[in-house]
Amino acid sequence: MSPSSQLAIDARGISKQFGQLEAVSNLNLQVQQGHIYGFLGPNGCGKSTTIRMLTGLMTPTHGTITCLGLSIPQQAEQLRSRIGYMTQKFSLYDDLTVKENLRFIADIYGLSPNACKRKIDQLQSTYNLVPQTNQLAATLSGGQKQRLALACACINNPELLFLDEPTSAVDPQNRRDFWEQLFDLSEQGTSILVTTHYMDEAERCHQLAIMEQGHIRANGNPQALLAKMEVNVLEITANNLRQLKSQLSQLSQVRSAAQLGDRLRVLITKEINDPTQWLKQQCSTLDERNISHVNASLEDLFVTVTGKHPHNAGAPDDTHG
Amino acid sequence: MTLMASLRRIKAITTKEMRQLKRDRITFAMIVMIPLIQLLLFGYAINTDVRNVPVVVVDQSESVDGRWIVEAIRASQVVSIEGYYATATAAEAAITRGEVRAALILPPNLEHKQANNEPIGQWIIDGSDTMVAAAISQLRNMPLAHISDQPLASSPTFEVALFYNPEQRSAVNIVPGLIAVILTMTMILFTSAAIVREREKGNLELLITTPIKPLELMLGKILPYIVVGLIQMSIILGLGHLIFDVPLNGTIAQLLLGTLLFIAASLTLGLIISTIATTQLQAMQMTIFIILPTILLSGFMFPFEAMPKPAQWIAELLPATHFMRIIRAIVLRGGQLSDLPFDTLWLLGFTLLGIIVASLRFTKRLD
Repeated sequence: MSPSSQLAIDARGISKQFGQLEAVSNLNLQVQQGHIYGFLGPNGCGKSTTIRMLTGLMTPTHGTITCLGLSIPQQAEQLRSRIGYMTQKFSLYDDLTVKENLRFIADIYGLSPNACKRKIDQLQSTYNLVPQTNQLAATLSGGQKQRLALACACINNPELLFLDEPTSAVDPQNRRDFWEQLFDLSEQGTSILVTTHYMDEAERCHQLAIMEQGHIRANGNPQALLAKMEVNVLEITANNLRQLKSQLSQLSQVRSAAQLGDRLRVLITKEINDPTQWLKQQCSTLDERNISHVNASLEDLFVTVTGKHPHNAGAPDDTHG
Repeated sequence: MTLMASLRRIKAITTKEMRQLKRDRITFAMIVMIPLIQLLLFGYAINTDVRNVPVVVVDQSESVDGRWIVEAIRASQVVSIEGYYATATAAEAAITRGEVRAALILPPNLEHKQANNEPIGQWIIDGSDTMVAAAISQLRNMPLAHISDQPLASSPTFEVALFYNPEQRSAVNIVPGLIAVILTMTMILFTSAAIVREREKGNLELLITTPIKPLELMLGKILPYIVVGLIQMSIILGLGHLIFDVPLNGTIAQLLLGTLLFIAASLTLGLIISTIATTQLQAMQMTIFIILPTILLSGFMFPFEAMPKPAQWIAELLPATHFMRIIRAIVLRGGQLSDLPFDTLWLLGFTLLGIIVASLRFTKRLD
């Protein structure tokens, strides 16, 4: 087996230009088979555009894409029956019931009547949709809609799943359950590309890419990314946090200062060897009891790798089209 | 195998459309109400036979012959005599005020003019409505032989025999035409919204990532509406027969075949609109853009032959014009599709071309 055949997705140097705007810029993306790959980034950073290029819905301006060994977009039609796609906006039929929606998608994928019935029963129990069988999709809750959408995306036993912000309209408990289901799928060998702007979700991925303004700013295993971060994270407890924050934000060694209740979380570059000592020098009112070293979080990573580039207009990313 | 998969996908789309249609109560009601209400409205209201036009009479002759002439005109039922005036000026004023459409002036020397074979009277007509004016102008040639002393002329110059609609009732011509107008309206409207709605609601983004082919999607979407079209045709013809005595001289098979052809042509036209419009409102506007000329130019309102050449060329582009000839031929004259090969082939060609254009225009791409 050649190395590329073990990759579910192999995209090299892909860009997408919309008129003057470069929505996605020279992006490289390799997703291992059976992995959950997270795409973390703010709205409008080019996540959806990237997914649309990977599924063959849009043609990249530059670059080459291979999905499941097929050249995209040339062989997109062959890819369709082997992938599942869950759109950002709920895209099933509001005026059909849960069962009718499942039945419709199953028929479109050409399941035989027997296989169809078996698969729908199985999906309904896996995704906890049995009580809603005859309920119109319009009347489902956010979590139920999301489970129905995932069930529909899985109806053809896809080798590769694309999930575009699947949890944006869902409460924390439902999000938790949803991720459990993703890990089940991943264990069965399904490769998953999921976009999100939740840090806790990003942390669960096998691999992660942080995206901003069409560029990947950092990618790799979440733990490895945290380990090689360029900053130390310190928390300060003090009375005059607002004033302290604006004072520290001026300094070039401070990458970010953010208030969390009665604490100030400060990211200081690793160029400073002893950040506690350095902070005391900057601010005579502080002593060691006020300052503590803490573990970096994914949010810290996100803050350090993004935001240092001059801003230009955001890329179109949302549901239009 | 691929054909079976293809048929299964078409069936999936058709089933889905029917379920959605069934749940959309108002649309479902409109399928029946549109032909029903329009039939009653058009059948009763549109009346191109001019009757009972209000007129006044100025009889300056005050003679027996004068009264005879007035009675003969009254008997024609074309006009309804609303009053008598002493002078032509007073009658003209009544026309200007819009109280009556015309005035008949009979001069004092009526008998003298009659003897000299001169025109015996004068009609003053409000010519703004050409249809009314034409009807009264017809009275100009009214034979008045029976009021003269001379013996009756033995035979008229021409004999007239009216075929197919001897009583000259408008409904007989209007009801079959109404099928064309209503089918144009509902068929194009339903399908023009069909794909746009999926795009607006976001369903399309999911659909294009599935293995469905554009042609399968198009066929699956139009199939349920073919049934809808046939139901509407049956309502119009059935009620037209019951209420307005519209005959059905052709065979049912020819009627179904001709209507199916037109339904198919209208549905593909709707699909083409659906691939151009990006919102349902745009689709609606484009549909109206087609419906208006269909009503005015297809031969529904005005005789096709009477329209200026450029209007006829435009009308030939509309599927409804061809169907108007076909349906009137079948329903009123007992004709067959083979009697109108040009119109039949035109509808067939339009449908095939339309399906191809719509499928080509519908790409499974977002850029």
